[in-house]
Order: sequence, then C-alpha cells, then structure tokens
Amino acid sequence: MIEFTTWDILRNLLLAARWTVVLSLVAFTGGAIVGLAILFLRISKGKAARVFASGYIELFQGTPLLMQLFLSFFGLSLLGIEVPAWLAAGIALILWTASFLAEIWRGCVEAIPKGQWEASASLGMGRLQQMRHVILPQALKIAVPPTVGFSVQVVKGTSLTSIIGFTELAKAGQVIANATFAPFTVYGFVALIYFVLCFPLSKSSQFLERKLNVAHRNH
Amino acid sequence: MGYVFDYSWLGQYSGVLIKGVWLTVWLILVGATFGVALGVACAWARALGPMWLRPIVGGYVEVIRNTPFLIQLFFIFFGLASIGFQFSETTAALTAMIINLGAYGCEIIRAGIQATAKGQFEAGWSLGMSRLQTFWHVVLIPSLQRIWPALSSQIVILMLGSAVVSQIAAEDLSYAADFIQSRNFRAFETYIVATLIYLALAILLRQLLKGVGWLLFPKRSAAR
Amino acid sequence: MSLIEITEVRKSFGDNEVLKGIDLNVEPGEVIAIIGKSGSGKSTLLRCINGLETINAGSIQVAGAQLATDELHLKALRLKVGMIFQGFNLFPHKTAGQNVMLSQMVVKKTPKPEAEAMAKKMLDRVGLGHKFDAYPDELSGGQQQRVAIARALAMQPVALLCDEVTSALDPELVQEVLAVVKELAAEGMTLLMVTHEMRFARDVCSRVVFMHMGRVHEIGPPDEVFGDPKTPELRQFLGAQH
Repeated sequence: MIEFTTWDILRNLLLAARWTVVLSLVAFTGGAIVGLAILFLRISKGKAARVFASGYIELFQGTPLLMQLFLSFFGLSLLGIEVPAWLAAGIALILWTASFLAEIWRGCVEAIPKGQWEASASLGMGRLQQMRHVILPQALKIAVPPTVGFSVQVVKGTSLTSIIGFTELAKAGQVIANATFAPFTVYGFVALIYFVLCFPLSKSSQFLERKLNVAHRNH
Repeated sequence: MGYVFDYSWLGQYSGVLIKGVWLTVWLILVGATFGVALGVACAWARALGPMWLRPIVGGYVEVIRNTPFLIQLFFIFFGLASIGFQFSETTAALTAMIINLGAYGCEIIRAGIQATAKGQFEAGWSLGMSRLQTFWHVVLIPSLQRIWPALSSQIVILMLGSAVVSQIAAEDLSYAADFIQSRNFRAFETYIVATLIYLALAILLRQLLKGVGWLLFPKRSAAR
Repeated sequence: MSLIEITEVRKSFGDNEVLKGIDLNVEPGEVIAIIGKSGSGKSTLLRCINGLETINAGSIQVAGAQLATDELHLKALRLKVGMIFQGFNLFPHKTAGQNVMLSQMVVKKTPKPEAEAMAKKMLDRVGLGHKFDAYPDELSGGQQQRVAIARALAMQPVALLCDEVTSALDPELVQEVLAVVKELAAEGMTLLMVTHEMRFARDVCSRVVFMHMGRVHEIGPPDEVFGDPKTPELRQFLGAQH
C-alpha cells in the first residue's frame, strides 16, 4: 500500500477541484444563455410559447438533477454515439441551471412596474425593443443578488456528475477515500474546498442584496 | 432511428419500484418533520437565543449551505464510520436530510421571525410571558405562516435531492432504478419511469404541504 | 375628416362594460378635457386611443392610422399620438436627456447627434434644458412630468393624450406642469386630457366632455358645460367638486 501524506491528499483534491470550477463555469454560462431564451418564451405573448416554457421549468425543477444526469447520459448514447461523461454532465447541468435562472429572472422582470411597459409602448417601441432598452436593464440590477446566490447551487450541483463518472472534486474524494482508508479526513477536505468555493459567492450575494435594499430605501 | 422503446419490464419490477418509492416517501416525511423542528430550534437560537449559541448555529448553517448534500452524506456515512460512529444506510440518509433541512429551514424561518413586528414581542413580554413563551405562543405561528411557501419549496428540493442517497446504498427510488436497469439493460426507459415518479411525488408533496399549511394556519392568524 | 375619429367604441373588462359606445371626433388644434367620476371610463378611453387597451367593438383612427392589435399598426398609431401618464413613468436607469433620446433612436432610428439636439430643444421647451444629465430620482415630481412631456414631444406626435398628469403631484408642483400644457395648447397642439383641474379645463379647453357610466353624457364648450349643465348628473358632479 502506498502511503499518502495529508499534503498528497489535499494536492490531488485541489487538482480535481479545477474541473469542478470549469464545469460550474460552463453550466452557469450555458445555463444563462438557455435560461434567457426560456425567459423570453415564458413572458412572450404567444400562449404556446408560455406553456412550453412553464412546462420546461416544471419538468427540470420538479425532478432530481441526478435523474436528469442519467437521462442525459443514457439518452445521448441511444443516439449511437459514445458519450463522454463531461458532455452528458455539461448538457444536463446547463438545462437544469437554465430552468432555475429563467424562473428567478421572470420574478425580476415582473417586479418592474407596469408603467414602464406602458410608457415605452406609447413611445412606439416593439416588444423586443422594450425588453432590450427599458425592462432588462432595470431587471438586471435586481437580478444580480439572487443570480449570484444561485451560482452556489450550481457549484454544489456539479458534485452529482461524479455519479455518472465525471472526475471532479467529489469523484476524486471518493477515489482517494477508498485508496487511503481515511474517509473522515478526505471528505472533510472535500467539504472544505467546496466551502471555500461557495462561501464567498453566498456572502457576496447577501452583500449585494443588502446594498440594493439600502439603495431602494433612499429613493 | 433503430431504437425501440421497451417498457415490458415494468410488470416484473413493479414491486422493486414500489419499495423504492416507499423509502423515498418515508425519508421525506420523517426527514421534513424533524428537519423543520431542527430549523425552528436553530432559528430561535440564532435570532433570540443566548449570545454564545448564536455563532455556533451560524457556523453550522453556513457549512451546510455551502457544501453539497452528497458530500454531507458521504461524510456522515463513510467519514463518521471510520472514527467509530456506524449508522445503517437508512439512518445515515435520514440524518443527513434532517441536518441539511435544519440549516436551510433555520435561515428561512429566521427571516420570518425578523419580519414579525417588534410590537408582538413587546405585547407578549408586557403580559408577563418569558422570551421563550413569547416565541412559542405569539411569534412562531405567524412567522411560519409568512415563510411557509419558501419552506415548502425547500422541502420539495430536499426530496428531489434525496435521490443521491442511493449512492450509499439506501434503497430508495433511485436505488430501485439503478437496480432495475442493471437487470433489464433498459437504462433510458428505467430512468424515464423513475423521473416521472419523482415528478408525480414532487407535485403530490407540494399539494400535501399546502394542506398542512391550511391545517397549521387557520385564516385568522393571517392578520399581521 | 377629423384628426381623431372615435366611432362606437365598446370596451369590457370581463362582465363589466366600461365603455358603452363612445363617439367623439377631435379636430386639429382642439384642446379637449374629459371629466367625470372615477370609474366613468375616462382613463380607459384615453388608453384605448393609444392602444394600451384593446377595444371590443367600434373603431379608432388618428390621422389615418387605424387602431389594430398587431404591432405594426400599433406602432404607426403610437407614432402619431403621445401619451403622458399620471405616474410619469420615466425610465429610472436613464438621464432626462437619455429618456428623451431613447425612443427617437430606437423607434425612429434617428442618428444620435440629431436625437440629442432634439432632446435639448424639447427639454428647453419645458424649461429643463439644465437638467439634461439628471437622473429621474434627482428631479422633483413636477420636473419629472415635464421631462415626460418633452419625451413625448420629441417623437413629434400630432396629438397628446394626458392621463391625469397632475394627480400624483404635490399641490405646489401642479402649476409648473399646467403652465407647460397651456403653452402647448397655445402653440396649436391637439390635446386630449383627463383632468380634475376644472379651472384649467375652463380656461384652456375648446370643448369639455363629461363622461358618466361609460357614455359621453354631455359635451360642449366650457362655458356651456360649466355654466349651464343640462343633466342632473353633471350638476351633481360639478357641485361635488367644491
């Protein structure tokens, strides 16, 4: 048996944590793009688009992320391609993230007073122009704190990709725990690294939220 | 495309599925009950408890909210076992769920307490109630009522998140799906069925929590 | 042909019919005050003219542009009529100048320098040229409403709809806004205004429309409507004003 020093354990975990960071960034960026599309459908005038978007949101928020990962993994392989775990993981996480971001952002769009829609409409703007120039810039400001807050869920969500075989922090933790017979130390470190990634995001979300509330009260 | 969907295995494995559903349901019902109770206790401790207790509870909440549930589960099941605290799979799963909901519940309920008017506390004290009595009899129910929708969502999220307890071999719904797909070689169909059952459970759980809300909070306490 | 032609317009919210067949023709340069109790349908009528509400029956036409539900027709209509709201509805993330420039650039595709020149001119016109770079939350309510007027004017509409433009203002700020509206009237702008300012209606308007229960109950020059009300409803309404 090979002897592992504490430093060996930590170093290997940190190396794997890079993939947690990369996957989180991919999921969040992709999720934001898809989420924006779902948001537009969700608040569009067409009934079919709205029904589709709320069905999408209900489906991805009403089922376990783990099942979505399995379905992505096995569903893609039905198409006859050899699916690498990172691809299945990326797709599932993007779609899952999109459903939450779309819903968070819808709340922000709906918080914009009706008068803003009416004033911009009365000036002759079309719906896309209203969104682009009047509604989204204002919604964006109040969307920042909850969006940053949700990024914590994305980072934590990436841990499930270990189950379909993507080697990131949680997977590395399992492998190292099995090799060292020191699960207490290893999972302690794994938790610590996740904490170091997530805690600053949580705190800045709270800080931004307070700042926004103060700014609102001053007006 | 050549793939033909096959659901003929459903009959043969329905017993396995039902057993899995049962554990998932049991875990969330028991886990949510104790988790909310832990959340109430922690919210009291953080908002109104003794000064020395507040940072401890705060630390607990931050640690849980900023680490994945899967790692919490592994830490309890594998980590604690290695230093002499052995749990069965089901006990470990339930413990992890209670601890997890306790932390989220704490923050949600605390927000509800803070939104309750200060006058309510003062009214209670002026009638000679202790701090704890005021909390229990005067403040708690309106606070819970205010945040019940948020707490309900968190409970549904926990139920969906509990799918990972299959990773420590607790025999819940997702464990049943894993088991079935290893026998019928129909992974995609098996997970589709499991996913749809989870969706149905989520919808039912939401309705159940709405019903619990009606029972716990009769209309008149809606007055602020 | 009149500038604004409203024919047999009906509008319901669910079972509640708010407009029960409105006919009204407005000539170029006319200043019309619409008065009546709350719930009489006067604000709804204005909002219909601008396409903010859809109508259930009848037709509305402004300088040849027909009210329809598709975006192209709506845009054509809205380019002809500007609207001023009770709550100002300035865009809070843009300065006064940018508020006036935005729709010129986005809707009319006016190049930025021209839009800016127009914005300066219009803000000058409402006496706020020096507030070009101020954000809405740095302006008083009266100033905000004047920026809103400049914003509508910059689109060079043939008529302006004013929906209780002074109702949300502190009393001491009402006059500065009314002064701007009065000047517009003097310059020949066609105005349709829902208002509670009876003295203003009397002094400035060419015709007064009294709405009651979703109908045009009485209409005529201010002297007639205020001096010699024909119906008991109008007499009661005017009596209640003091």
